[in-house]
Amino acid sequence: MNPPPSAEPAPLGLAPEGTVHVHHEHHEIGFIRKYIFSTDHKVIGMQFMFTGLIFLVLGGLLAMAIRWQLAFPWQEMPVIGRLLFPETGRVVSPEYYTMLFTMHGTVMIFFVIIPLLTGAFGNFLIPLMIGAPDMAFPKLNMMGYWAMLPAIFFLMLGFGAEGGGPAAGWTAYPPLSTITSAAPGSASAQTYWLLALTWVGVSSMMGAVNYVTTIAKMRAPGMTLYRMPLSIWGLGVAAILQLFALPVLTAAGFMQLFDRVLHTGFFTPTNLVVNNVGVDYAVANPETATAAGGHPLLWQHLFWFYSHPAVYIMVVPAMGFASDIIAVHARKPIFGYKPMVYSIAGIAGLGFIVWGHHMFTSGMNPTVGMVFMVSTIMIALPSAIKVFNWLGTLWGARIRFTTPMLYALAFVSMFIIGGLSGIWMAATPVDVYIHDTYIVVAHFHYVVFAGSVFAILAAIYHWFPKMFGRMMNETLGKIHFFGTFIFTNGVFYMMHQLGIAGLMRRTADPYSYEIYAHLQPLNEAISYCAFALFAWQIFFVINFFHSLFWGRRVGRNPWQATTLEWQAPSPPGHGNFDHQLEVHRGPYEYSGPEVEEDYLPQTRKL
Amino acid sequence: MSDAIATYDPAVDAPRAHHPVYDYDSGPPVERGKFAIWLFLATEVMFFTGLIGAYVILRSGTAAWPNPENRLAVFLTAINTFVLIISSWTMVRALFAAQRGDRGGILMWLGLTIFFGSAFVSVQVYEYFELVKHGSLPNVDIFWSTFYIMTGFHGSHVVVGVIWLVCAWFKALRGGYSERNYLGIELAGLYWHFVDLVWVLLFTIVYLF
Repeated sequence: MNPPPSAEPAPLGLAPEGTVHVHHEHHEIGFIRKYIFSTDHKVIGMQFMFTGLIFLVLGGLLAMAIRWQLAFPWQEMPVIGRLLFPETGRVVSPEYYTMLFTMHGTVMIFFVIIPLLTGAFGNFLIPLMIGAPDMAFPKLNMMGYWAMLPAIFFLMLGFGAEGGGPAAGWTAYPPLSTITSAAPGSASAQTYWLLALTWVGVSSMMGAVNYVTTIAKMRAPGMTLYRMPLSIWGLGVAAILQLFALPVLTAAGFMQLFDRVLHTGFFTPTNLVVNNVGVDYAVANPETATAAGGHPLLWQHLFWFYSHPAVYIMVVPAMGFASDIIAVHARKPIFGYKPMVYSIAGIAGLGFIVWGHHMFTSGMNPTVGMVFMVSTIMIALPSAIKVFNWLGTLWGARIRFTTPMLYALAFVSMFIIGGLSGIWMAATPVDVYIHDTYIVVAHFHYVVFAGSVFAILAAIYHWFPKMFGRMMNETLGKIHFFGTFIFTNGVFYMMHQLGIAGLMRRTADPYSYEIYAHLQPLNEAISYCAFALFAWQIFFVINFFHSLFWGRRVGRNPWQATTLEWQAPSPPGHGNFDHQLEVHRGPYEYSGPEVEEDYLPQTRKL
Repeated sequence: MSDAIATYDPAVDAPRAHHPVYDYDSGPPVERGKFAIWLFLATEVMFFTGLIGAYVILRSGTAAWPNPENRLAVFLTAINTFVLIISSWTMVRALFAAQRGDRGGILMWLGLTIFFGSAFVSVQVYEYFELVKHGSLPNVDIFWSTFYIMTGFHGSHVVVGVIWLVCAWFKALRGGYSERNYLGIELAGLYWHFVDLVWVLLFTIVYLF
C-alpha cells in the first residue's frame, strides 16, 4: 500500500477510454484519506476483510452459545452467563435461543461470507487480476463500504432492542415477523433487522455495478474474456446474480417493513388471530389494525428468489478461488477451462429457477414442487463438471501441499459432501421427511462453512503475500488447517445422523420430547468439537497478526504463479502496476514445454 | 515447502519508479458511465418486478378486487400520466440541445422537464392527501396496501429524478456541457425515461384494470 517513492508524474488511473490522460499522483495522502475514506480498491478490500473477520468472530460466538444450549440445556452458562442473562438465572431462555440462531445466520451470511467474498476479495482481486489500476468508479466503491456502516449500526441496534433481538429466523417468515405482537423478538428488533438488510443490499448493489463495469471495460490489452482467471469469472457472475436477484429481496424487505410499520397486509392472511387477538382491520382497532388478504407464502417466494441465488453468490466466487489456487499449487493448467466457465454460468442461470426447493413443505402446489425438484437436480450437472475438472487438474500433478492448497483441497472434498446431500435433499419425497431437521443444517454448513469459508481461508493464505508483502507462517498454517478440518467434520458430519433421527432445527430444548432425549450425548460431542473449532482459530489469529508485521518478506511472485496480480509489487502501490501489461495467453500455463521454468506468466511474450 | 516460495529480490521485486499510462482491451462499445447506468436500471427493473409481481399474486388471490374507478381519481391521473409522458419528450429535446452545444436549449428543455416532473409529483401528493382525508390508509385493505407501495416507490423515484435534473440544470447553467460532453444529460435522461416507462405500466395495472 506504500506508494512507490517517486516524484514523477504518473500512474494513471482512470482515463476515460480512448483518451490518454496523465495526471499527477498525490503522494501526500493523509492517514484518513488513505486508510479510512480511501478510494483505493485494495484498501477498501481490506476494510471489508477486517470487518468480515470481526463479524466472523461475533457469528462464531453466537454459534457457541447455540451449541452450549444444545449440549447442556438450561444449565448456567459459565462466565458470560452472569453478564448476559442475569434475569433468567444465567441460562439461555427460549426467546434468547431463537435470537441466537436468527442472528448467527444473519451475521454469517450478510456480514461475513458475502462481504468477505465479494467485498474483500472482489475488491482486491478484480482490478489486479484483469490488469486495471483501480475499479471503474472508485468513489462508488468507497460508498459501497460505507453503506455497510448503517447496516452494522442497525444490526447492533437489533441486539439491544426490546425483546432481546430479532428472532424470526434469518428467513424472517411472516406472520411471525410481521405482526409486532407475535413474539418478543417481533417487536422493534425485527424492524432494525430489515433496515440492516436493506443497507447491506445497497452496499452489495453498488459493488456489483462496479465489478461488472470494471470487468467489462478495464481489462488489460490482450485479456480477453476467455483469458480471465476463474476467480474473475466467479466474482463477475456473482455480481450479475446480485444485480438481478437482490432488488427483489429489497422490494420484499420494504413490503415486510411496511407490514410492520404501516400495517399493510402483504403477508397477513385474512382472519389472522395472534395471541388470541384478531389483527384484521375488520375486527381490530383501526389505528393499529392490519390490512388482510395477503399471503405468507408470497414472502417465502420473494425471499428465496433472492436467497437461493445468494447461495450461489456465496459459492461461485469460492469455486473461482479454489480453481486458481489449485492450478498454482498443483503446477498444472486447470482441466477444461471453458467447461469451468460454462458451468459457473450454468449454476448461476439455473440458480434463478430453483428457489422453490426451500418450500416443498410450505403448502405450495406439489406440481410446482416437482418442477423445482427437476431444475434443482439439474444443478448437479454443472457442479459435477466442476468437481471432476478439479480432480482432473490434480491427476498426476506434482502438488505443493501448502496451506492455501490444503484449504482448497478441503473445499473441493467438503463441497462434494455438501453437494451430494443437496441432490437427494432436492428430491421432494426425501425432503418431506428430512425438512427442517438437522440434516438441512449439516448440508448448508458443509457448503457454506466447509465450502465457502474454507475457500476464503485458502484465499487469505494464498493472497496474503500480495496484500501485505509478507508470507504467512506455513507451520502455524498447517496446524490451523488440520485442526479446523477435523473439528469441522466433527461438528457437521454427525448432524446428518441427527437429521436422519428426525431431530428438528430451531428448537431450544428438543430433548423435552422423549423420542429425541437419547440424542443429547451426540449433541454434546458435537458441541465439544464446536468449542474446539472456535478455540483452534487462535492459531489463525496469531499467524495473521504475526505475519502482518514479522512474516518473511517476499517479492512479486512468491508462488510462481501466472496471473496478472503477481506482476505487481507486493504490496501493490496506488495504481497497482508499475509497467504496462500486455496479456498473451490464458491464466493457467503451468509445466508447459515452452519455457524452462514450470510456469509461463500471462504477460510474458515468447 | 518453503523452497517453492521465491525469496525477495530487490532487483526484480522492488517497485519501479516509472508508471505506465494504462491502456485497455476493447470492451463493449459504450462509455463506462452508460454501461453502469444500464446495470443500475436492470436492478431497478427487478425491484419493480418484485413489487408488481407481488401485486399480481395478491390481486389474483383476492375474490373480489375493487374496481379502481370507484376508489381512485382515474381521469386526474390520466392527465398526470400525459404530463409525465410529455416530460420524456422534453428530456429528449434537452439531450438534442446538449448534442448541438446549445446551452440555452438545455436550460429551457431541462427546465420544462423539471417543471413537468414536479407537477406530476405535486398531483400525486394532492391525491394522497385526498385519500388519507377520506380514511383510505394503507392498513385498510390489500388494495390500498399495494396502491401505496407501488405509487409511493414510483413517486420517490420521480423525486430523485427531479433532484438529479436540477443538479444537471445548474451544471448546464455553469456551462458544464458541450457537443462533446453531454453524457451527464444522457444518463439522467435514461433514468428519467425508465421512471416514465414504469409509470405507464403502473397506471395501466393499478388505475385502468
